[in-house]
Amino acid sequence: MRYLLLRRAVQLGILACLGFSSLDFIAKGDLSSSVWFDTIPLSDPFAFLQIVLASLSIDAAVLSGALIIAFVYAVFLGRAFCAWVCPINLITDLAAFVRKKFGFKSSKFVILHKNLRYLVLILCLVLSFALSLPVFESISYIGIVQRGIIFGSVSWLFVAFVIFCIDSFLSPRAICSHFCPLGAFYALISRFALLKVKHKAQNCTKCYKCIEICPEKQVLFMVGKESKSVSSGECIRCGRCIEVCDDDALVFNILDLRSKK
Amino acid sequence: MKNRREFMQTGFKALCLCASGGFLATLALKADEGYFLRPPGAEDEKRFLSLCIRCGLCVKACPYDTLKLASVFDSPKNGTPFFEARKTPCYLCEDIPCIRECPTNALDHQYLEREKGVLELKMGIAILDSASCVAHWGVQCDACYRACPLIDKALKLELKRNERTAKHAFLLPVVDHEVCVGCGLCERACITEEPAIRVLPREYVLGRAGTNYVKGWDKQDEQRLKDADTSKKNEQNKARDYLNSEDLL
Ligand code: SF4
Ligand code: SF4
Ligand code: SF4
Ligand code: SF4
Repeated sequence: MRYLLLRRAVQLGILACLGFSSLDFIAKGDLSSSVWFDTIPLSDPFAFLQIVLASLSIDAAVLSGALIIAFVYAVFLGRAFCAWVCPINLITDLAAFVRKKFGFKSSKFVILHKNLRYLVLILCLVLSFALSLPVFESISYIGIVQRGIIFGSVSWLFVAFVIFCIDSFLSPRAICSHFCPLGAFYALISRFALLKVKHKAQNCTKCYKCIEICPEKQVLFMVGKESKSVSSGECIRCGRCIEVCDDDALVFNILDLRSKK
Repeated sequence: MKNRREFMQTGFKALCLCASGGFLATLALKADEGYFLRPPGAEDEKRFLSLCIRCGLCVKACPYDTLKLASVFDSPKNGTPFFEARKTPCYLCEDIPCIRECPTNALDHQYLEREKGVLELKMGIAILDSASCVAHWGVQCDACYRACPLIDKALKLELKRNERTAKHAFLLPVVDHEVCVGCGLCERACITEEPAIRVLPREYVLGRAGTNYVKGWDKQDEQRLKDADTSKKNEQNKARDYLNSEDLL
């Protein structure tokens, strides 16, 4: 529960800082671009990339913001954005929970490939250039939901509901693990991030609870086989596997130099 | 029991999927209705849309709460800032905080430079509906004229003899389209039930005459006539034979 509560606290805390105007001295803006403590700019590097392609120009403020974010995730935190910041994670986790609770079977008609999201990512970038419009930002459900929460509107609730329905009835983890180009983007840049989940095979009793709960099962291929860190950028660093493991076979590890050899 | 549970499940699933399907359809049908007045510095809509990261920093910066972010129903413009002049116009802040805060230059930062500034903004153009403007009926009203920050420049009063009474004058508000910045203060001030003066996006309103006209009052323009070819090029055969060649067009 530890990481789960912490994650929810971080997720909601960030939204609160951006949303409440009484907290404007901490942060202004939204997850696309914001200013913290009236000085530090933070920007979504994927949105930045689309804007650069769409407008063929670069502005210093958003560039520095995007570099900071890209740097933090690429070097330290990995794809943690998905588990610790993105509000869609709240919805899809709820959907996964409901799905498991009621034992919904996946639809036979919707089979999504894991690599679909990379295709969507490329498509977004190409179309941004072709249409002179940040394509994903224009339709982004992440944008709709987070702006809806931060600026206090209601229409986002419908979008949240659609996402919930897709994830719980059509195909498990369809949005985050199969479709989302932003997740794909962070997975790509965080291939070598330092924060990793470390697996100790000598402790593992092969209950495979971790694999069952992991939203990105493919990254845990080594469980029960060899001592190795999860090196895939696709791990969202949610810590679920760690929490569910009763045998201390999984831990967060910041500097796993051994696996870098 | 098992069956009933399954039935409920499927029913619930179907209901939810129908609801979300219906919602998506509404979204597609409702998209792109109406027009947007953009914040200062966004006059080139294409450039603006390519740059806006949809962060809402301009919205936060505006001291009058003029700006709003478009909702889902306005996709693909969803998340971009706009304002509704009748509700809250742009008050043309001297230091233009909305532009200052924009991180991506979507709101053109060149307006922050001294000689540019608010009076060169082009957010839209005020259009007067003379049928519902009471000044055109002969009732004295100059609410929009007084509200205009560019009084006597963007919005002037024109005097016209009132033939009906033969005693009074009409005081008619007239917008100079070259000067109007589109702040919407006039629309806000208009006393009629629905505003008789309205700010519309420039591309909805402005025409373009083309380059074929040569302005006789413009010395530079006259230069263009210098090497112009003035010989007429009529095809005489075509004019004579059009019935035979069936070239009726
Ligand atoms: S490996 Fe563990 S931390 Fe990474 S996504 Fe899976 S459950 Fe989360
Ligand atoms: S100029 Fe001032 S009033 Fe007008 S939109 Fe910008 S911040 Fe708001
Ligand atoms: S501050 Fe700039 S990028 Fe942000 S919403 Fe406003 S116009 Fe768009
Ligand atoms: S919009 Fe109206 S008030 Fe504003 S400058 Fe134009 S005429 Fe004046």
